[in-house]
Amino acid sequence: MDVDNTQVRMTAYMRDHQDKVVGRWSELVAVGLRGRSSAAELRHELDDLYTLLLRAMSGADEQAVGELRATLAEMSRSRARNGFTPTQTALGVFALKDALYELIADAAELVPEYLAFSRMIDDLGLHTFETYAAAREQIIADQADAMLELSTPVMKLWEGVIAVPLVGTLDSARTQLVMEKLLETLVATGAEHAVLDITGVPTVDTEVAQHLLKTVSAARLLGTDCIVSGIRPQVAQTIVSLGIEFGDIATKATLADALAYALERGGQHIEKRNSGLPQQGPA
Amino acid sequence: MERVPVLKIGTTLFVSIQIDLQDESVVRLQEDLADELSATGARGVIIDITAVEIVDSFIGRMLATIGSISRLFDAETVLVGMRPAVAITLTELGLSLRGVRTALNAEKGLALLNGSA
Repeated sequence: MDVDNTQVRMTAYMRDHQDKVVGRWSELVAVGLRGRSSAAELRHELDDLYTLLLRAMSGADEQAVGELRATLAEMSRSRARNGFTPTQTALGVFALKDALYELIADAAELVPEYLAFSRMIDDLGLHTFETYAAAREQIIADQADAMLELSTPVMKLWEGVIAVPLVGTLDSARTQLVMEKLLETLVATGAEHAVLDITGVPTVDTEVAQHLLKTVSAARLLGTDCIVSGIRPQVAQTIVSLGIEFGDIATKATLADALAYALERGGQHIEKRNSGLPQQGPA
Repeated sequence: MERVPVLKIGTTLFVSIQIDLQDESVVRLQEDLADELSATGARGVIIDITAVEIVDSFIGRMLATIGSISRLFDAETVLVGMRPAVAITLTELGLSLRGVRTALNAEKGLALLNGSA
C-alpha cells in the first residue's frame, strides 16, 4: 500500500505542477537538441508524453502504460531516422528527472517518492534507447539491401548485346545476385553477347576473379559469349602477378571496345561516314 | 523407364528432354543417340533441355559425354534452352561442358549448326 500511496502523492504533485515541469523539461531538452526541433513542437510533444505518464502512474488506466511505451518507441524511432544522436534521444526522457528535481528540491518530504519515480524514468529511458538501437539497425539493413539492388543493373547496349556494370567489391552474395539477374535477362532478351564491365571494381584478387569466371561460364552454358571490359592498368598488373588465367574469355580495356567487339562478332559492321552531315546547312 | 525420343530432321538429330531425368534414361539416351548417329550420319545434334529443372553431377557429366560421342561421329552437339537455375547449378558443380556448344533456344541452336556446317 505504501508504494501506492507514494505514487499517488507523486502523481498529484506532478499534476499540480504540470505547466512548470513541462516548461522546464522542454527547455532542458531543447538545449540538448541544439535547436533541431522547434520549441512549440517540442512543448506539444512533451505535453502529450507527460499526460500519458500521469495516466500511467495513476494506475487506474491499464492501457496507458502500453500507450506510453508505444509513444516513446515511436519518438525514438523518428529521432533515429532523423539522425539524432543516442544521447539526444535518451536525454528527452532523462531530462524530466532534472526538471522535476529542481522543483522538488523545495519539498523535501517528497524525496522517497522522487526516488521511485526516478527508477521508473530510468526504465523508460532504457526502453527508449533500445528502440533507438533497433531502429538504427533496421536502417542499416535497409540500406545494405538497397545498395545490393542499386549496384547490379543489367542493361541493353545494342540488339543482342547486354552490359552489366559491376560497382564495388564482388563477394559471393553479390556474384550470386549478378549471376541470377544476368541469366534471367539473357533468357528474356535472347542476347548473344554480354559485357561484364569491371571499371567500378576497386581490386581484383583471386576470389573476385573466381566469381567473374563463374559468372562467365554460367552465361556460356546458356549460349552467350561474355566479354570482360574496364580492366584498368593497375588491375591488369595485379591479375598477371597473381597468375589469374582468364582463359579464352575476351577482355577489353573499355566498354566501347567491348561493344565494338561484340557487334563485330554478331556480324555487324560499324563504319564512319565520310560525307558531311546533311544538316550542316545551306551555305 | 521413360525413354527420350531421338528425331531426325534433315542432317540434324533433335532430342527434346521433357521428363524428369533419371540416370537410366540418360544412359539409354546416350546409347540411342550413338546408334542413330552411326545409322544416319547426322552432322549435328540439338539437345533441348528447356523443360529440365533439376540436374545433378551425373547428368551434367553425361551431357558432356554425349558431346564427346557425337564428335567421334563428326557431329556437333548444341545444348539449347538451359534454365538460369540449371546453369548456376552446373557452374557450382564445376561442370562447364567444354566439348558442348550452347544456345539460348532451339532456333539459335539450329542457326549455330547451319552456320558452322
